[in-house]
Amino acid sequence: MLETTKNIGKDFVLSVEGLTVSFDGFKAVNDLSFYVEENEIRVIIGPNGAGKTTVLDLICGRTAATEGSIKFKGKELTKMKEHQIVHTGVGRKFQNPSIYEDLTVFENLELSFPRGHSVFGALFFKRDKEVIEKISEIAAMIFLGDKLGMSADLLSHGQKQWLEIGMLLIQDPELLMLDEPVAGMSVSERKQTADLLHRITKDRSVLVIEHDMQFVAEIADRVTVLHQGKVLSEGSMERVQSDPKVIEVYLGH
Amino acid sequence: MFAEYTASELTSIFAMQGFAGLILFSVFVLMALGLAIIFGQMGVINMAHGEFMILGAYVTYLVSHLFADYMPESLYNSYFLIAMVLAFFVAGALGAFVEWAMIRHLYKRPLDTLLATWGLSLIMQQTYRTVFGAREVGVVLPDWLMGSVQLTDMIEIPINGIFVMILTVVITIGVAIMMQRSRLGKQTRAVVQNRPMAAAVGINTEKVDRLTFALGCGIAGIAGSAFTMIGSTGPTSGQLYIVDTFLVVVFGGAASLLGTVASAFTISQAQSTMEFFLSGSMAKVLTLLTVVGILMLRPEGLFTLKIRR
Amino acid sequence: MNNITEFIARNRYSHMIILALLLAVVLPLSMDIFRLNLVGKYLTYAFVALGLVLCWGYGGILSLGQGVFFGLGGYCMAMFLKLEASSPENTQIQSTPGIPDFMDWNQITELPWFWEPFHSFGFTLVAVLVVPALFAFIIAVAMFKRRVGGVYFAIITQAIAAILTILIIGQQGYTGGVNGITDLRTLNGWDIRTDSAKYVLYYVNVVLLFACIFIAGFVVKSKLGRLLVAMREREDRVRFSGYDVSNFKIFVFCLAAMISAIGGAMFTLQVGFMSPSFVGIVPSIEMVIFCALGGRLSILGAVYGTLLVNFAKTSFSESFPELWLFAMGALFIGVVMAFPNGLAGIYQTYIEPRLISKKKGYEKEDPKKKDDNPALANPEEEKTHA
Repeated sequence: MLETTKNIGKDFVLSVEGLTVSFDGFKAVNDLSFYVEENEIRVIIGPNGAGKTTVLDLICGRTAATEGSIKFKGKELTKMKEHQIVHTGVGRKFQNPSIYEDLTVFENLELSFPRGHSVFGALFFKRDKEVIEKISEIAAMIFLGDKLGMSADLLSHGQKQWLEIGMLLIQDPELLMLDEPVAGMSVSERKQTADLLHRITKDRSVLVIEHDMQFVAEIADRVTVLHQGKVLSEGSMERVQSDPKVIEVYLGH
Repeated sequence: MFAEYTASELTSIFAMQGFAGLILFSVFVLMALGLAIIFGQMGVINMAHGEFMILGAYVTYLVSHLFADYMPESLYNSYFLIAMVLAFFVAGALGAFVEWAMIRHLYKRPLDTLLATWGLSLIMQQTYRTVFGAREVGVVLPDWLMGSVQLTDMIEIPINGIFVMILTVVITIGVAIMMQRSRLGKQTRAVVQNRPMAAAVGINTEKVDRLTFALGCGIAGIAGSAFTMIGSTGPTSGQLYIVDTFLVVVFGGAASLLGTVASAFTISQAQSTMEFFLSGSMAKVLTLLTVVGILMLRPEGLFTLKIRR
Repeated sequence: MNNITEFIARNRYSHMIILALLLAVVLPLSMDIFRLNLVGKYLTYAFVALGLVLCWGYGGILSLGQGVFFGLGGYCMAMFLKLEASSPENTQIQSTPGIPDFMDWNQITELPWFWEPFHSFGFTLVAVLVVPALFAFIIAVAMFKRRVGGVYFAIITQAIAAILTILIIGQQGYTGGVNGITDLRTLNGWDIRTDSAKYVLYYVNVVLLFACIFIAGFVVKSKLGRLLVAMREREDRVRFSGYDVSNFKIFVFCLAAMISAIGGAMFTLQVGFMSPSFVGIVPSIEMVIFCALGGRLSILGAVYGTLLVNFAKTSFSESFPELWLFAMGALFIGVVMAFPNGLAGIYQTYIEPRLISKKKGYEKEDPKKKDDNPALANPEEEKTHA
């Protein structure tokens, strides 16, 4: 994992530059820059209030940036609306499982199927073979193959997390953003999730926020440490863990 | 449209209409204060707010009759103060009951609260009609509120209007101080900002909710009391103002009392000034349209600075 | 056994057939034309309630101004009928013959420009749908693109209802004022006041209502219907699944407006007048209770709810007028607090399971099991919302 020169023009999937957002003068993210390469798994860690979730909010358009740019595959995201950002290939999982509890697992996945996203597209959407096959495939992948007809509110917490990951997978995003995917999971669920993430992160870039250091060490290609809205340190897990600045604010107490 | 008036006439017109606007302003503020507390602090839409106000008016009406019939005439002049206090407590008590019986079950369903309180308003209206009759009732003003003050030969101001305005100012300042300084005010704001945290530090959030709702209704009762000074009271008088008042509150940016006052002032002045040049209904249409238009452009209200998610 | 399973599977249609029989056969046979005409009038409100099922029940958008669209549809139709009734021959005694009588009373000497196109029946039919839809579109775009919703939307739509009422009453030279547009007689020469015309119009109304029921059913069963439910729950998630949420809200609000407008136009035809008392705050919120009583998620429930409330209103106002407001108020409170899913909810929870278990007595299989095949999963069978 060499920290080679960040030459401009290298094909980063995501480049965040000079990103700043301020809420009534408080800068939750302050002049932040980082770059994610193709097929890289990047984990963002940092103490509470470091601005981790805000960074994801900014990338997916939930919060408007005050300054700076976010380029995804060369396209500027800061001016786009949420659904447009999704269509460029960014998928986002929320911290608390965000699924439709009034609908079945099948319907949850179906709504994320990347077709019929306009009003009339949705009105005349046909549940054809392609859709059913794709959903079955994804459902099997997220360990919910036998729960398709179940109402989503009956799932366990861990299963809800998987369902949301499945909803992202079906969109087949090039950049997958996961906010604490193993939070609140049992040990066995966590293991399954790590497994799942290993399988699904092939062929795409992933941005993960996670607190669980063991889990981070397991999956991360590189780690970015945020502190007070800025990058404190960046690099491989070992490098970050031995960085005295990081030890001071985060790892050691 | 100004061409046919001379400058001094115009000044007088604006002054007189401005004054009429101030009376309307007082009614708006008095009604909106209670509503702003309930909606701004609790997020509850109380469609029966006008009926709570009318309850205060009927209480005042009853007290004035009691005084006229059973008390020595010399005391009649002071009936109003007693009526106002009584109106506050009667409306507040009913508010507390309604919160306990109805509102608290619906906090997570704001749209349903709106429908349920509408149902409540229908019941209250019909109760008034059954008890007091469909006709409007009025109170006899005490002597010291009769008459008017002649400012210039064209401008004349009725004393009861002045009294209501002074009352409005006093009540507004009182409510503002209470929300800022009193224990209940502080607890209410704490609950609004972070309910679980407030509960964790030992605030009885259910009690705070009930008291806040009761307070809002009590203020509506006082408003109703003041209302009898400038108009008569009928079973549906409250409903006439409910939409305007909601617009006042929303326009002012639900959470701030100052915004509520500023927006009540803007809307009432705009309406009464326009009323002189256009027909009353067109003035109202134009005012409401402007307000709705501005709200569409600026949904967070005109007088709020910036809202955080 | 196959027959029974099939009957259950096609259960939804059986409910629809029952309603169709009730409206098209039972009521016309058991009532005189006066009562039937009254039912026809109630059914025009059912259009509004149906629209509310879509935008409020499914979309979570509570509009307290649906009377506006009912009224706009009704007024468009009334303008056409009024012009036909105000032919120069019929209005010879006026100082300006050929214009509606109320204009003449208000010293207007020329037909206003926006009345002119309503000489054409074709234009009127288009206007009945397009005018309310356009109006709804403007409101919806302004509000939903800025993500205003919930109680704010309710209050603003209520204010719009108030504004339109004041405007109609205030501009009586152009609108007929508080009395509305009255004394409507013929439709393209066909006298709509005769008993036979009333029968015809009643059936036209029922057919149109079923057309709207089918449209609403199609919307609800489509992916768009599920999206509405999803949006009501987690708007953000829908956005981050790549949907422009506002467009869906705009669509469903406009659709509800158009359905309401059809009701308004049919009201004018069957009742013979249109007035601002069907536009304002009070009728608009009453229409919400029709929908709520029937069950805000039930398309057919909206029809039953409307009929029930209105029958109750009529019989109450005949015998105990003073009690009606109490009953209405109690209805609002009771439905919201005790039965948020209305009659349809009660039916689904208490009555339907018994019906099915009786009919399927010898089959052990739980009727809900048919959901097991996801491809056939039926969105209509969602669990009731607690």
